[in-house]
Amino acid sequence: MQIAWMVYLGVLLLSCFMCLFRVARGPTAPDRTVAIDILGIVIVGFCALLSVVTGKEWFITVAITWALLSFIGTIALAKYLEGRGFDE
Amino acid sequence: MSELIASICFGIGVAFTFFGCLGLLRLPDVYNRLQASTKCVTFGTMFMLVAVVVRSGIGSLGIKALLCLVFILITSPTAAHAIARGAHHSGVRLWKDSVTDEYLKDRGEGS
Repeated sequence: MQIAWMVYLGVLLLSCFMCLFRVARGPTAPDRTVAIDILGIVIVGFCALLSVVTGKEWFITVAITWALLSFIGTIALAKYLEGRGFDE
Repeated sequence: MSELIASICFGIGVAFTFFGCLGLLRLPDVYNRLQASTKCVTFGTMFMLVAVVVRSGIGSLGIKALLCLVFILITSPTAAHAIARGAHHSGVRLWKDSVTDEYLKDRGEGS
């Protein structure tokens, strides 16, 4: 069972690095925005897994906060891409 | 028993997340990447949060996980739609082998 948790954590870490590769490499700005959005959601899952593996409850609080901040950041970046102000 | 079910749910979620990120890495174009990765990664993360609920029951941990699940279910498609709209408005065109671009026609008629 312990090995299964380690494999899951490793695969999620690999997914995070795939997203970071796309952030670094992506040819246009929307590519990078998509990668940042996906990275935020992957990290929420990572925090959920960590809360089970370590048995510490506050990881799931971190996950909720990360989801909120990631959503706000993504909406701000999308507005910026569209070329509008934030109050429209 | 609930430990085993939670482990299997985590496995499904991790697999979906990994394949979503693989799509983000390999597909040719912004819109392809968006549609592959957003759906798969959202489903995978929701499955992982369901696994937390199954393992810990409805306690302080499970309620928080359910809250996070509902929030991700609502916000992730919204963010993806906003990004796609922003990308199209900022002038990123479709991949060369894409067949049709209906949104461009709609925008042309609208303005």
